[in-house]
Amino acid sequence: MAKDVIDALLARFPRIVTDAYQGPGGDDVVFVRKDQIVEVCRFLKDDPRMGFNMAPYITAVDYLGQEPRFEVVYNLYATALNHRVRLRVKVPEEDAVLASVTGLWRGADWFERYCYDMYGLRFTGHPDLRRLFMYDEFVGHPLRKDYPLRGRQPLIPEREMPEAFRGPGPAGRD
Amino acid sequence: MSSEQSGTLKADAAPAARRPSELDAPMPTKRMLVNLGPSHPAMHGTTRAVVELDGEMLASCKLDIGFLHRGFEKSCENVTWTQCFPYTDRLNYVSSMMNNVGFALAVEKLCKLEVPERAQYLRVITSEIHRICDHLTMVGALGMELGAMTAFLYAIEARDLLWDRITELCGARVTSNYARIGGVSRDLPDGWVEKTVQTLDRAVALRDEIDGLLTRNRIFMDRTRNVAPVSRQDAIELGYTGPCLRASGEPYDVRKAAPYLVYDRLDFDIPVGSNGDNFDRYLIRIEEMKQSDKIVRQCFAQLAPGEIVVTDFRYTLPPKPLVYGTIEGVMAHFKLIMEGVQVPAGEAYSCTEAANGELGFYLVSDGSGRPYKLGLRAPVWPMLASLPWMLRGALLADLVPTFDSINMIGGEVEQ
Amino acid sequence: MASELDSLPVIATRKDEAVGALQQMVSKGLGWARKYSLFQYPFVTACCAMEYMTVGASRYDLDRFGAALPRFSPRQADLLMVTGTVNIRQAPILRRVWESIAEPKWVVAFGVCASTGGFYDNYATLQGIDRVIPVDVYIPGCPPRPEQVLDGIILLQAKIQGQHHRLIERTALPIAGREPYER
Repeated sequence: MAKDVIDALLARFPRIVTDAYQGPGGDDVVFVRKDQIVEVCRFLKDDPRMGFNMAPYITAVDYLGQEPRFEVVYNLYATALNHRVRLRVKVPEEDAVLASVTGLWRGADWFERYCYDMYGLRFTGHPDLRRLFMYDEFVGHPLRKDYPLRGRQPLIPEREMPEAFRGPGPAGRD
Repeated sequence: MSSEQSGTLKADAAPAARRPSELDAPMPTKRMLVNLGPSHPAMHGTTRAVVELDGEMLASCKLDIGFLHRGFEKSCENVTWTQCFPYTDRLNYVSSMMNNVGFALAVEKLCKLEVPERAQYLRVITSEIHRICDHLTMVGALGMELGAMTAFLYAIEARDLLWDRITELCGARVTSNYARIGGVSRDLPDGWVEKTVQTLDRAVALRDEIDGLLTRNRIFMDRTRNVAPVSRQDAIELGYTGPCLRASGEPYDVRKAAPYLVYDRLDFDIPVGSNGDNFDRYLIRIEEMKQSDKIVRQCFAQLAPGEIVVTDFRYTLPPKPLVYGTIEGVMAHFKLIMEGVQVPAGEAYSCTEAANGELGFYLVSDGSGRPYKLGLRAPVWPMLASLPWMLRGALLADLVPTFDSINMIGGEVEQ
Repeated sequence: MASELDSLPVIATRKDEAVGALQQMVSKGLGWARKYSLFQYPFVTACCAMEYMTVGASRYDLDRFGAALPRFSPRQADLLMVTGTVNIRQAPILRRVWESIAEPKWVVAFGVCASTGGFYDNYATLQGIDRVIPVDVYIPGCPPRPEQVLDGIILLQAKIQGQHHRLIERTALPIAGREPYER
């Protein structure tokens, strides 16, 4: 079923789509090169054998300490053929800019804004790239691994309170 | 209010001679900006909508969310896998059990665990009870937005009855925290099945009452039919899932498309709408409650005694006699409590059918006791994102019922 | 130089005594009236809203305590119910809503998130609304059971009865925008 998808992808984009593997539970995953992501997605959406007409979830991961640092994950679903595929795109920190897929799936709008807000990845061609959850005054991107868990940036002065001892955070993460 | 109002007077001061009569004079209107929320009582959750009004029509609408963002993902990355369960409770707080089950299934997918059959049935039973609760809340609130307070009171009463049974099962009314990695936390109390059947009967009676009050109600129909319609093609492209997608005519349900737990052994139907408007979204909910009721009763019939958690002590706590009596039990207990479940390194995306659609968890594990990344795919997220598009050309009064018909829950959308 | 007058108790005149007793009666009467007609502004944000709905519905019926009628404008309310998590982005709004409520006003922190921030000890969440506004009653629980909420309302009523009420308030009112704890 989804094996055909992987084969077709590898045949159509030989050096762009690489390292296909089956994740836990039989998920089909491929790595895609960053600069060709829109072309690969367009093929997946428009080709009748693929038919990925829905992008249920797009998210990002911060692999701090690895090179390249970020990764954007596209979960795609085909309603008619009932198969899924996952595209992983490595994004280096110094060039954290991707092409937006909102032109293909309008539902990708807020997912890309989420990636921008939480990880600082930019999407070219996105109609309205603003912060999604955090406020404009917020400095930094909270889900990056080097952002402290308790890095609060208050908007109005708060009353001083003695800091209750809540135990140490996990080593190296807080 | 708009700052362009100073221009109104000049436009009005056209010479009277040009008009045939005073009565035919056009009323010059300026567009007005109104800020709804974030602390507006009619807004569900805490969303801010900046709407531009042309008379009573919505000329444009802009949404601003994040007023309930409480760092779900970052918090979960800093606690052990088991400690994530209370956080998942508070995502969709109307149906917390489904979030528990969704997260447990995602972790079990990474661990390649097979859950005992009785635990699978218990998960389905509690999930479907919570699906009924969620739909009751949505239907009651939709009635309330349109002025039918009675339906709301009936819905809350039915929900309370079901929550009583949930309380007997897990000790909490709203935030259940019932599922565990590898099973569920405790078995059914004595006589629970019979009591739940009785409660379901009463809930069915109340649901039928709501159905009778609203479904053929002239006012209700006029206010919901052909309001915010979404076509099948648009719904798919916008990433809709759950009742909203099915109301548009696409029969996609994770329970049928990729059956998990024991859904492949149960007999139930997927209701599908045709217009994708608010009325269809309401009807789908009513019909799904009937199906959920059917599923729970089937599960009770098929439920057999057995284990409720896996007996692999790398994932579940050993029973107390083993902890106090043997050194292996103490070791397993200590390691689980102090270091957490050691989930194998890898990444997985698991999705389940929650009350509002596909609830997905994208997990990345680095092999330690804590999640490296816990991505949440909230069911209502795409629906809320497309709300301004849904409401193009609608009336201001339809904004809040449409908000309700997608059943936006702040906890899961804003994480 | 200390005179012996300093150590003597101040002798109240008869007029003062009479006014004091009258004021006490007025205060008691006003307290009685105010505690049974709490008009609340529900600042509903998160999970606790589900329990708030239940408390307002027929089974638990907050109306028995004279506190059921929600006013959806802060200017008509005198009880601010902060129901659910308040995050840092929401804090200025909460503060502004609190400032818009006319005196006398009371604040109930409904649920553990409003009271202390709960287990959301992270970058986004305000660690208790008492960091930005004063709170009268804290109702613990995540979310609190409806019985707990009713208990909190009864506690608040006892507090209101015990407070000093005047027909005309002559003390300076707090100025909007100033630190709420420095009034």
